[in-house]
Amino acid sequence: MDRAAAEVATVPAGHSTARNPTESSPAVKWLAGIVVAIYAVITLIPVAWIAMTSFKDVTEAVAYPPVVFFEPTLEGYVNLFTTRTRATPEYMESLPPPATWYDRIVRSRNMVIAGPSPFAGRFLNSVIIGFGSTFLAVFLGTLAAYAFSRFRVPLKDDLMFFILSTRMMPPIAVAIPIFLMYRQLGLADTHLGLILLYTAINVSFAVWLLKGFIDEIPREYEEAAMIDGYTRLQAFVKVVLPQAATGIAATAIFCLITAWNEYAFALLLTTRTAQTAPPFIPNVIGEGGLDWAAVSAGTMLFLLPVMIFTLLLRKHLLRGITFGAVRK
Amino acid sequence: MPSSVPADRLATAAVSAGLSDRVITWLFVAPTIVLLLAINIFPLFWTIYLSFTNFRANQPGRAVEWVGLDNYRSLFDSDAVWSYLQNTAHFVVWSITLQVLIGFGLALLLHRQFRGHATLTTLILLPMMLSPALVGLFWRYLFDPQAGIFNYVVNYFGGFGTFSMLSSTQLAPWAIILVDTWMWAPYVMLLCLAGLRSVPPYLYEAAEVDRASRLQQFWHITLPMVMPLLMVAVLFRAIECFKVFDMVIELTSGGPGETTELASLSLKRAAFEKWRTGYASAFAILLFVVVFGASNLYVKYLNRVKSR
Repeated sequence: MDRAAAEVATVPAGHSTARNPTESSPAVKWLAGIVVAIYAVITLIPVAWIAMTSFKDVTEAVAYPPVVFFEPTLEGYVNLFTTRTRATPEYMESLPPPATWYDRIVRSRNMVIAGPSPFAGRFLNSVIIGFGSTFLAVFLGTLAAYAFSRFRVPLKDDLMFFILSTRMMPPIAVAIPIFLMYRQLGLADTHLGLILLYTAINVSFAVWLLKGFIDEIPREYEEAAMIDGYTRLQAFVKVVLPQAATGIAATAIFCLITAWNEYAFALLLTTRTAQTAPPFIPNVIGEGGLDWAAVSAGTMLFLLPVMIFTLLLRKHLLRGITFGAVRK
Repeated sequence: MPSSVPADRLATAAVSAGLSDRVITWLFVAPTIVLLLAINIFPLFWTIYLSFTNFRANQPGRAVEWVGLDNYRSLFDSDAVWSYLQNTAHFVVWSITLQVLIGFGLALLLHRQFRGHATLTTLILLPMMLSPALVGLFWRYLFDPQAGIFNYVVNYFGGFGTFSMLSSTQLAPWAIILVDTWMWAPYVMLLCLAGLRSVPPYLYEAAEVDRASRLQQFWHITLPMVMPLLMVAVLFRAIECFKVFDMVIELTSGGPGETTELASLSLKRAAFEKWRTGYASAFAILLFVVVFGASNLYVKYLNRVKSR
């Protein structure tokens, strides 16, 4: 019941609002629905516009007045993944006919593909660093959360506050020493460096959220298992972890989104090898400035996973954004 | 759940088998604490130390001198810093005001439980999950003076002809407020919605019996019940707005002029472009003190909300 009521999306009818006088007439409901729907449409226009722009060609993307109806093309995506050079008409003539659809798109601009762009590598870095740091943060967070939930930890409240306060710290306040430290240790521009950093950013959140989830699992389950001969560790692995699976998954998605979206440290600490997508995408240059079609394509590819994850998370969003304090 | 009980193990179970609880506690908690000490607390103390020196990170060979409070003095004497703090205050206050108004308003509407409210809630929440840097980037495109749809729409309906959000020193500060509100009004909405749901219906029924007007009900029942969660939202948003960096640097880079140069942006410039490491450290400590104070309040409220 508690779990079900936590769902933002599905408050059981007749739960808290059943005889509430704000339970209003159909007309009022309709009106409320229309106003909210209008807000939703307006608020989603920017995202929809970027999605549209990613399918425009390079000139349509910067046309004024802005183009609403256009023939979709993958030029933006092609430009995102390739580097191109302008070629003389004579050279273009001498080439064999384009072998692929993306060759054709590029040649129509009197250009030839010079090679792949760094985008795929940057995206892969985001994946590696995102998943690596999420795994570590959730792993450490689950252990600590279990200890905080079940055992008498000395100074428990102080430690929990300490853990949360590190999350509140402005990243820039510690960025200078971390920059110096990483330079000294050779961690600058490495995957390991960012993974450790993002783990530290996420672990405090993971502890708080997971403690809430583990608190909800009755102690009796483990106690019964231990009477059955399990050690504490076995009971933790075989009884508690499966029970906490949903909570662990939700926490992991939150951590993944945070690491995925992080920008400031990636900008300061990485340049090439371990650079993630967020600092890279704003620098996709075309001829004469930003190539907005390609930038939009990169933005869409980068935002899409987060949108999907948000849908998966919708039942736990409230809990996530309050560090596990609000469950209902 | 295991059903077969090995008889020989039953006797010792729960008491001794495996590691003791004490050992497990430390084994489980220590790695997290060590990591946080290494990557948060140790650097923080290092920042405090650096703030009393004239160290420059781009000249590692140079002798580092202890300069006492000089960095803090030049920080407080600087008119520029004062104006960055004013820019930040303007941004924080207006962003939060708008987010509370829109968020609370949406929550009141969504609380009517019309058909499809669940789907709409999820859709509205989308912006706050997106990468702030990329949000800043694509809003820069929407605000683009040559190709931006936003400026076009305003010009079309307003008939201004030359309206351009990011090129105007008057409007640019509002551009960052607008984008932050677009992103984060849903956050306030979600918390207010939780607050509204927590109001027990009998309070309203009793109020009806006492013939309290709708307005009185709102003022004396709804608002006080939603307040704790609203405060949590406001505090959290205040902390985050104060720290905001990604979105603004991609959207305006502090311009035009220095009208959207927030404290966090100028701190980054001092530290990593001008390489005044000592001075930037003092600035960082100043910001840290403000945020730390606010975080303390935040945690107090969280605990209060939790204990309800």
